[in-house]
Amino acid sequence: MIRDGAKVLLEVRGLRVKVGGVEICKGMDLTVRAGEIHAIMGPNGSGKSTFAKALVGHPAYEAVAGSVVYEGKDLFAMEPEERARAGLFLGFQYPVEIPGVSNSAFLRLAYNTQQAARGADELDPLEFDDYVRAKMKLLDIDPGFLDRSVNDGFSGGEKKRNEILQMALLEPRLAVLDETDSGLDIDALRVVAGGVNGLLTPENAVVLVTHYQRLLNYIIPDYVHVMDGGRILRTGGKELALELESRGYDWIKAAA
Amino acid sequence: MSTVLENLVNRPYKHGFVTPIEAETAPKGLNEDIIRLISSKKKEPEWMLEFRLNAYRHWLTMEEPAWPNVKYPKIDFQNIIYFSAPKPKKLKSMDEVDPELLRTFEKLGVPMNERAALAGVAVDVIFDSVSVATTYKERLAEVGIIFCSISEAVREHPDLVRKYLGTVVPPGDNFYASLNTAVFTDGSFCFIPKGVKCPMDLSTYFRINTAESGQFERTLIIAEEGASVSYLEGCTAPQFDSNQLHAAVVELVALDGAEIKYSTVQNWYAGDESGRGGIYNFVTKRGLCKGANSKISWTQVETGSAITWKYPSCVLLGENSIGEFYSVALTNHMQQADTGTKMTHIGRNTRSRIVSKGISAGKSNNSYRGLVKIGPKAENARNYSQCDSMLIGAKSGANTFPYIQVHNNSAKVEHEATTSKIGEDQLFYFASRGIGPEEAISMIINGFCRDVFQQLPMEFAVEATKLLGLKLEGSVG
Repeated sequence: MIRDGAKVLLEVRGLRVKVGGVEICKGMDLTVRAGEIHAIMGPNGSGKSTFAKALVGHPAYEAVAGSVVYEGKDLFAMEPEERARAGLFLGFQYPVEIPGVSNSAFLRLAYNTQQAARGADELDPLEFDDYVRAKMKLLDIDPGFLDRSVNDGFSGGEKKRNEILQMALLEPRLAVLDETDSGLDIDALRVVAGGVNGLLTPENAVVLVTHYQRLLNYIIPDYVHVMDGGRILRTGGKELALELESRGYDWIKAAA
Repeated sequence: MSTVLENLVNRPYKHGFVTPIEAETAPKGLNEDIIRLISSKKKEPEWMLEFRLNAYRHWLTMEEPAWPNVKYPKIDFQNIIYFSAPKPKKLKSMDEVDPELLRTFEKLGVPMNERAALAGVAVDVIFDSVSVATTYKERLAEVGIIFCSISEAVREHPDLVRKYLGTVVPPGDNFYASLNTAVFTDGSFCFIPKGVKCPMDLSTYFRINTAESGQFERTLIIAEEGASVSYLEGCTAPQFDSNQLHAAVVELVALDGAEIKYSTVQNWYAGDESGRGGIYNFVTKRGLCKGANSKISWTQVETGSAITWKYPSCVLLGENSIGEFYSVALTNHMQQADTGTKMTHIGRNTRSRIVSKGISAGKSNNSYRGLVKIGPKAENARNYSQCDSMLIGAKSGANTFPYIQVHNNSAKVEHEATTSKIGEDQLFYFASRGIGPEEAISMIINGFCRDVFQQLPMEFAVEATKLLGLKLEGSVG
């Protein structure tokens, strides 16, 4: 929800990002305040995912110009794990499989790392088990996830649910979801939406990177940004997404 | 973070210190006089001296093996000290042990004294070739278990030693085993009589101390009918600049229904980052499942040494006998490991299981070499082998050399192998959840090794987990 005077969480100015020597983001500007939901839309190859990955510090994504200030700090001066501990979260478009590492141990380590960074109590395995099972029940996620290796052999939908579970556990200050909705059936979509809506408070914010308006039926954005050619071409309210749904992207490109 | 995978392994060797204890040391070199000196220092009977001399004469006719996938400068066997012992003292209790020695164990975290008692571990301490203290001997003696140094066993239990020594690894078995038979200075002897379940894990800590003193340990473990024992071997060595040769022989004998579990955590000094000064570890370990329904299980966690050449093996002679080999071998920097096992199925319905996990970091090279041999009379023999390799960084190497020889049509032999790599994407995934690269690698490695760690006794498993983390610290960063 948009509130006057809400704290600025993220301030992106003139950001340019290169991947493999090719510039993909060509001057991004974006301001995210506490309590807001932003949707970034745009055709394939417009630079949406590149922007998301650059924010969280993927080593292959190099910021070559511009600035990103996160909660008053220079984001690019922080290691990826420091950004995560400071409450920045990325829901992966393609979550990575880590065979042999138990999901429950991974989730607990991630959770306790976050707790330690916040000066809060860490949970032992038994306490954590209760905590995580409660969250899973709330999100309608299969408790069998805990006994498997991290994303190993998970279906596309299961992987996305596992991302949402991590988001719910870590309670980030700023969650960036990179096409978390793509390829999901209606039930999984509800899980994602439930996770995002359950997370949101006046203190934090969510940036949804998505192709489709579909997810926005469940999560109502405050702002919709349309990207193309590595830039945000147009920003509007939730009705912009509906317009995109009926008219496609070309009219925006033509207008710009 | 693009160099993240390059640097996780650069931490100085934690146990790199020398304990100044006066050693009684033989001159460098090897000849029959040196062997006579060793034998007389050990107050051995004539047959033992003959046993050694025969092995030595055989060794002179042998060639150093060239087939392992390791490279090292030629060893000058005349430039090695073959006998070195702390000055002999009569020790009545642990209070009399050289305090300097105790401090050394303290630094290494060896559970002795009350720590040993609390841990329920009887430690037969090998300190540079001579057993300084043997604990718990009396408690074990109550149930008829003999647990002492091999030297003491040669003197006190000559019939048992003579009956079994060299029956599993014959004096002429291979180059290093023959050398060991000629010059072994100490090691452990363990005898579990018929029907006795050893009430505690038996443990030996090895430690090389005098610079350039070759280490030739000899271990013999016998479990009689229906007996069982779990034996732990842990190694650590101080930092030296010249290479040190270690050529141990371990023989296990399991009679009808007996069970021997032999676990090792090996952390010999691996040399500096360019590979100088590390231990050369050429070990012959073999177990004989002599009786029906017997079982021998090897579990090893190999993290040290400049060169590891080691194939703990099982000869499955008795019907329905079982051989197992669980291994984690980690190499880093310039380390080279050529390790694996041999499962020789002779008897009917014999079964073996091999689980090998190789981890290579830095510029190291890690090879699994295994032989599964099913003899013509081994009806219904079964083998399952799983060999997994994990690479860290782009400069390390992993090889798998499985040899399978089947001479009986009823045999079932399965071999599975995988190679994986800790990828930057995996590390980034951890990082995006606030978990740094070292913790991430430690978690991935522990997951990778879980099947093996589960086989280790609890405390050893904890130690092994810490050790792997320590060994890989700095290999990413």
